[in-house]
Formats: sequence, C-alpha cells, structure tokens
Amino acid sequence: GVLEGPGTECAIRFILIQNRAGKTRLAKWYMQFDDDEKQKLIEEVHAVVTVRDAKHTNFVEFRNFKIIYRRYAGLYFCICVDVNDNNLAYLEAIHNFVEVLNEYFHNVCELDLVFNFYKVYTVVDEMFLAGEIRETSQTKVLKQLLMLQSLE
Amino acid sequence: KSKEAEIKRINKELANIRSKFKGDKALDGYSKKKYVCKLLFIFLLGHDIDFGHMEAVNLLSSNRYTEKQIGYLFISVLVNSNSELIRLINNAIKNDLASRNPTFMGLALHCIANVGSREMAEAFAGEVPKILVAGDTMDSVKQSAALCLLRLYRTSPDLVPMGDWTSRVVHLLNDQHLGVVTAATSLITTLAQKNPEEFKTSVSLAVSRLSRIVTSASTDLQDYTYYFVPAPWLSVKLLRLLQCYPPPDPAVRGRLTECLETILNKAQEPPKSKKVQHSNAKNAVLFEAISLIIHHDSEPNLLVRACNQLGQFLQHRETNLRYLALESMCTLASSEFSHEAVKTHIDTVINALKTERDVSVRQRAVDLLYAMCDRSNAQQIVAEMLSYLETADYSIREEIVLKVAILAEKYAVDYAWYVDTILNLIRIAGDYVSEEVWYRVIQIVINRDDVQGYAAKTVFEALQAPACHENLVKVGGYILGEFGNLIAGDPRSSPLVQFNLLHSKFHLCSVPTRALLLSTYIKFVNLFPEVKTTIQDVLRSDSQLKNADVELQQRAVEYLRLSTVASTDILATVLEEMPPFPERESSILAKLKKKKGPSTVTDLEDTKRERSVDVNGGPEPAPASTSAAVGPLPAFAFPNNPCISAGGFEFVCKNNGVLFENQLLQIGLKSEFRQNLGRMFIFYGNKTSTQFLNFTPTLISLHARASLCLFLTKPVDPTVDGGAQVQQVVNIECVSDFTEAPVLNIQFRYGGTFQNVSVQLPITLNKFFQPTEMSSQDFFQRWKQLSNPQQEVQNIFKAKHPMDTEITKAKIIGFGSALLEEVDPNPANFVGAGIIHTKTTQIGCLLRLEPNLQAQMYRLTLRTSKETVSQRLCELLSQQF
Repeated sequence: GVLEGPGTECAIRFILIQNRAGKTRLAKWYMQFDDDEKQKLIEEVHAVVTVRDAKHTNFVEFRNFKIIYRRYAGLYFCICVDVNDNNLAYLEAIHNFVEVLNEYFHNVCELDLVFNFYKVYTVVDEMFLAGEIRETSQTKVLKQLLMLQSLE
Repeated sequence: KSKEAEIKRINKELANIRSKFKGDKALDGYSKKKYVCKLLFIFLLGHDIDFGHMEAVNLLSSNRYTEKQIGYLFISVLVNSNSELIRLINNAIKNDLASRNPTFMGLALHCIANVGSREMAEAFAGEVPKILVAGDTMDSVKQSAALCLLRLYRTSPDLVPMGDWTSRVVHLLNDQHLGVVTAATSLITTLAQKNPEEFKTSVSLAVSRLSRIVTSASTDLQDYTYYFVPAPWLSVKLLRLLQCYPPPDPAVRGRLTECLETILNKAQEPPKSKKVQHSNAKNAVLFEAISLIIHHDSEPNLLVRACNQLGQFLQHRETNLRYLALESMCTLASSEFSHEAVKTHIDTVINALKTERDVSVRQRAVDLLYAMCDRSNAQQIVAEMLSYLETADYSIREEIVLKVAILAEKYAVDYAWYVDTILNLIRIAGDYVSEEVWYRVIQIVINRDDVQGYAAKTVFEALQAPACHENLVKVGGYILGEFGNLIAGDPRSSPLVQFNLLHSKFHLCSVPTRALLLSTYIKFVNLFPEVKTTIQDVLRSDSQLKNADVELQQRAVEYLRLSTVASTDILATVLEEMPPFPERESSILAKLKKKKGPSTVTDLEDTKRERSVDVNGGPEPAPASTSAAVGPLPAFAFPNNPCISAGGFEFVCKNNGVLFENQLLQIGLKSEFRQNLGRMFIFYGNKTSTQFLNFTPTLISLHARASLCLFLTKPVDPTVDGGAQVQQVVNIECVSDFTEAPVLNIQFRYGGTFQNVSVQLPITLNKFFQPTEMSSQDFFQRWKQLSNPQQEVQNIFKAKHPMDTEITKAKIIGFGSALLEEVDPNPANFVGAGIIHTKTTQIGCLLRLEPNLQAQMYRLTLRTSKETVSQRLCELLSQQF
C-alpha cells in the first residue's frame, strides 16, 4: 500500500477533521501522498469512522495503521498512527487540541474551521510537528497564538 | 444544482484573481496575501489551482507576519518538492533562519518540517542542528528545530551525520522547559533507534526525568499538568525512549523500577477527577509503562503486577480500556513470567468473545485466547473459538479458522481430537477453510498411523450429511483413498458403500475436486479388487471419457487403461500408500504470518526463537526448541557489544568444554552430576593484556518455583588480570523437573567500556539421569504400562548430522540413559532406559530412536511417567542427531 515505503516511519501519518457528511474541514499530512491517494484515504476514513457508535472503542484498525478518533458534535477528529503507538495518549492529544481551538475561537464551531483555516493550520503546527507532539501545554500554546495574532 | 453554482462562482473568482496577478498595476503585499489566501481557500474546497505559486513565494520575503505566514502555508500545502521554485523558497527560508526573529525562524522551520524534501535536507541539514543547540535560541524555536531535524533525518538520514551536537541534544532531556523536552525526546528516540551507542547516555537522563515527573504532586508541573496528571505525553515519550534499550545497569535500574512501581501504585489510587480525560491521561502512561515492563521482560514481580492491573481493566465499563487490556495482555502472554497469570483470566476473555458489541474488541479477545493457549487449556479454547465461529463476522472468519487449525495441531495430545476439530471447522466455516488447512490435516493423518483408522471412520460419517462442504469431499476423498481399507471390514462401510457415498457427491463438485475423486477411485481399484468393475464402468462412461475438461478426460482415460492392463503387483506399487510428508513448519502458520505480519502471531516459542536469531545474527538457523534460546534477555544488542550468547545444545551429551568466547573473555566448564546433585566448575579467562575491573558474575535462575537450586560457593575476585584465569564453583540441586536453563550474567569494565555478557548454563534435565539396564521383556512390559497418551511424546525429524550408528550410540550414552542392546526386534533401532532423579521424585524414562536411512529421518519416542519430562527429554535429544 501507499502507507508504507522508505523513510516514512513517523508517529502521526495524518490528521483529519471531517463532518458527518464527509466534508473535510482540515487535512494535515505528515507523509507524501499524491492527490488521488489523499482523496481515497479521506473517503475510507469517513467510511470506517461514521459507522461506529458510542459503545465502540475510539480506535479502528486502518490498513496497516490505526485511526484514533473522537467525535465532537457533528465533527470527527481523526489521527492516523502506527499500530503500536499509544492509543490513549493520542486520544487525549485530540482533546487537548480541541480545548485549545475552543479557547482560541471562543466556542469553536465548524464554520470557524472553514473560514479561519489558516489559523487552524497555525494551531496544528504549534501542537504537532513532523508527525510528533510538539507542545502540550494549553497555556503555552494559547500565549504563542495570541502573540502571533497581535502581529496581524 | 448548488454544486454547479459553486463552480460558476469559483471560476469567476479565479478569473478575477488571475487578472489581478497579471495586471499592469503592481499589487501591494496586503492584496497579494488576500488573493493567495483566496486561492488556498478554493484549493481546500477541492478545486485545482494552477497559478499563484510565484506570488506565494514573493510573500515569503515580506516583513509582515501575516503575509509571510500565508506564503509559507501556501507552499506547505500546495508546492510539491520537485518544483522549480524550490531554490527561491530555500533562499527565503535561509534568510528567515538567519533573521534572529523567533517568529520568522519558527515559520521557516515549520515549512521545512512540513515539506521535508530532499532538496531542503541538502540545504538545511547542517544549519538546523546548530540552531537547536545554540545557547541563545529561544525555547519555542528549539522545539521546532528538534522536530524539523527529526523530519530531515527521516527523509534523508545520510544527510544528517551524527556530530558534536548529538551529546548536547541528549542533554535537552534535562532542559527546564518541558515543551523542549517533549520535542527533543521524539528526536532522541528516533536517532537512538539507529544509533544506540551514540545515545545511550539518554537512558539515565530519561529515567531521572521520568522519576521527577511521576513523583511530582499533581500541581507541581503547572502548565504541563493535564487533568491532574503530570506531563502525561512527555511521560509516554520517555517510556518509549527507554524501550529502545535493554534494562539499564543496576543503579539506574533501581530508580526505573521505582518509577514503574509508582505508576502501577497510582493506578490503584482513587481517581482525582471523574472526568474521562483524567483517567485516559493516567492510563496512557500506565499502558506505556506496561509496554516497557513487557519489553524488558526481566522483572517477574512487575510483570505479574501488570497482568493483575490489566485483569481489572478486562471488566472495566469503558470499552476502550477493555480493548487495550486485551491487546496488552496478548504480549504479556508470551512472557514466561506472566503466561500463567494471564491464563487465570480465561473465563473473562471467553465472556468478552461472547458479549462484546464491538467486533474489534472480540477480535482482540480471539488474539488473546490464541496467545494464552497451551497444552493445559487448548481443548477449552479451541471449543470456544469453534462456537464463536458459528456467528463470527465474515471479516475475521478466515483468521479464526487458521488459528483454530494451528492450535488444534500444536496442542493435539490426541489426534482423534485434532481430526474432529478440523472436520468441525469445515462444517462450520467451510468457505473459509483455505487449502493450507485441509492439506495440513491430510499431511498429519498420513504421518501418524495411530489416527488413520479414526480419520477414515470420521470422514465417512461426516460425508453422510446430505449437504456437506466441498472441502469435506476433498478431505474425505483423499483419506478414504488412502485408508478406506481400515474401515472396510464393517459392512456399513464396505468398499462399495464407500464408493457410492463419494460418487454421490461427484456431480456437485468443481473440476479440481472431481479430479481428486477420480484418483481416489483408482486407489480403490487397488485397495478393493471387488469394486474394480464398478469403478471401471464409471470411468468408461461418456461423461468421464469424453468430458469437456481435458484434465478430467485424461485422468479417466489413463486410470481406466491402468486398471485394465496393469497386474495386481504393478497396481499395488503405483498406487501404494503415500509416504510420510517431511516435517516442516506448518503451512498454516506460514499463512497466518503472511496474513497478519509475523509480529502478531509470535507465541512464546516463536518470540524466543527470534531472539536467539537476533542475538546470534548469523546465517545458522536457530534451534527449533525453546531451550537454546536466551530466555528473557532482550533482543537488543549493541553493535560493539555482541554479548548475549545462546547456550547451545552441544553440552546436552557432554559435561566439559568451552561455553563462550569472544575477543575478551573465554568461559570454560567442567561439571559432574550424581543423582539429583551436581557441581560445575566455571573458568573465566581474560584473553587480553588488560585488567578486567568490577568483574561480577551473577546467576539468574528463571524458575518461578525453585525447581533447580544453584549455589555459588564463593564470590570471585572483582579484578581479573590480563591473561589470567579465575575459577568459580556452583553447586546444583535438582528439586523437580524443569525446562529453562539458568542464565549466567557477567559484568565487568574493560578499558573505558562496560561489558555485559549473558550465557545460558547448560544444565539440562538429562544431567540427572541414572542409566538402568533391563531385558527386552521388561522393557516392553514397561513400555506398555506407559501407554497413556500424555506419557508419550514423539518427534519425527530430519537428520542434521551423518547417520552413523556408533556416534548415535555414544550420544545416547552421553545423554545419560542406558543403551539397551538386543531389545528392539529391529536391530537398526536404538532403545534406552534410565531414571531422572529429582529431590522430590524419581521418574522412569524409556526411549526409542528409529532411524530411516532412506529418508534421512529419525523418529524419536519418549515414554515417561510424567508428561513434562517426556516433552523435555524429547526436545533435548532430538537436537543431537
């Protein structure tokens, strides 16, 4: 499959935020994929995640990897990682990220992600970089984001 | 309709932007940013963008943060690595890295980390490490530089040589800023996997950092406390870093053990919050700690505690925790220290298989049952898996079929049970029974003459079902063709009845099965002359002789001709019973490995076998039995420190020799045994001209119950002069029968380096043999008394050495039993007898070795009054020929 190959071992392969209809609200790739492959991954992730209910785990095997996901209202936040990565650590990394977005956008909603997409990318890069967790302190991330905002 | 409207609107906007970019009036930075940002937005909505790249690159040289940020974002999202713009982009990045403006440096580093192309690695692999370790770099820039370097290393490791910066990177583990430590730990973990020696100082630093975190109060770490859990993600990363290394040396090890105990203790404390975030964060650390405990596989106490903790989670109301506990227990099941503890949870796991709503949880339950299966519970587990198979999801049926087939074969004490199990598999899930599975059952039936009659009877009965799976017809056809004669005495399964039964299925089957049945028919012609004419009539019919399928037609023609012209003798030769198949790795196991990847199906034995391959690293195949493996020592070996040695089987039949040798050290042995006692002299020779310091040999006994007691009579001098030899005496007492050999661990300092050698001491159960002479009559009388299936263990194996009678005799005597001449009616066979002495009991043992020169194979049979003893002696002796 495309999710293999030399020089590609990293914790996070991609982060996706999708709504229930399958519209992508954020796609952050930490590996090289061509556009067709990205589209296929997006559709597959949507298919495996949306059929699951609250009694299911927050983890799904996916090709040779696994998806850790959490649903917030109509949005699915999905992280694709290696099968032996720590499930709960990434599950809470999602929540930590969502709490930062919520604070930064004052009650974040789907439209914030659409229209402020360039800010969302900045938040992602502050918290995740090169497929790894970069910063976990909400205070530190928000301080940096406010500093950057003051430059606008 | 709205889709069309959207496209129309977008095309209009694209035209507008294009005209702005092409216009005569130069755009100011703000407008340029606005339009580039619009292009990005349109791209993210899913439309192609084929212009604007140049304008985006222009934005990189702006002095305004917002313009620069949009430029970099456009490039990260839209520019592919082989763009001709890469030189312009790299130039802008270079300027930003040199700007000393932390915001701009951050943007540039993030861009490198996001694009991560080879061109960028060529341009910046030298610069990024400098930024990372420079004294005046801001913390947030350090974080970005660490992960940026990680990305470049992954893309192009050849462009990131280790250098002066590496030791300073390791010391980032001590940094005051936990964000810097978090980023650096990821970098160090990846680098350490490829360059363990270079980064080994990170072990003690990681342990002290971890220790400070886990012992801190829940508010000490302020910003880094998440729902009352101190720095959970950093803790997880540190625990993963430690999994790159074997257990550290004693001082650090003690501190690490304390940390792990603290983490296990905290799991038992009442939660500080009811929020799921609190328990998730806490358990993330706990599961990673358990992974490390399993990885080290050296502290029985921690392993058992881990198992108990996971046992609690098996019944937790959170599905996530039940899932993760099942998954984690699967790896615990393959440690010899915790295998028994895992087995105590069998009922809970079976219950999970029956009641869990999430198929992925049930799948983990199947995996765990497979992993915890051994001789003691195989029948129960196989029965449960079979009953689950009736309702299992289609997606996992084939895998369950493979697992059942493997377990049934591996732990079959009674081959009738094995045959029943496989036929049940075909009945329940025939469509999922792959060729490998039914091939295997035939191989086994052919190789084991004690089950052939039962197999023939059972398939005959199964074929009575009005609708039976085609795979059953295949197995039935093959087995009756070989062994139908064994049940032909019963009029209810007379030759004609057998034939009519098979032929009634013929027309419902596919071509390959029909071809197989035709071969069965010709075999019947040989087995049962009385049905010859019936079969010839069938072969002669138009539907056979003129069959449109060439293969079927050819078989019919040839078989008919053969049955007509060949004499009984020729028929009997041509259609002789199939010879035994060579023993080899089960084809089903190979299939499961292929399906799931080798790591997911390793059981206890496999894991050990792989370890011994790892540590030896040579082309020699690893010994097939568990005993030669190095036990719980990790597979990790330093390139400069090839120190773990698997004690081989060469000492099974002798007591003296060189046990281990490398450039520095030689270990020689001399030992003697009497009844259940023994004494071993160990000689340590320093082969160098330099002193060994702190020379400390320790014995690690691997027995949960003290079945083997070892006493070092006195410690050796911690200094061993160059060229000198020192001696140590070990007294040995065998309390009860055992499998694992003890491990001798030697640590010492040589020059500036710390050396660590572990070898297995070749103390094997047969050392406590006392030979017994007996007559042929006595031998066979006792042989018959030990006819319980558990008492007999048999192994058929290929000769690894030339099959020389005298050498074989010498080996059996060296093994410790008496060699009984003129006992076996076949003079080519060897038989032996003896008594194993342990403190608690004496176990009578009989053995018989039947060489087959033509096939270059042996069949070894052990009968003793104790199953584990038969098993172990058979393993040990099988390795000698």
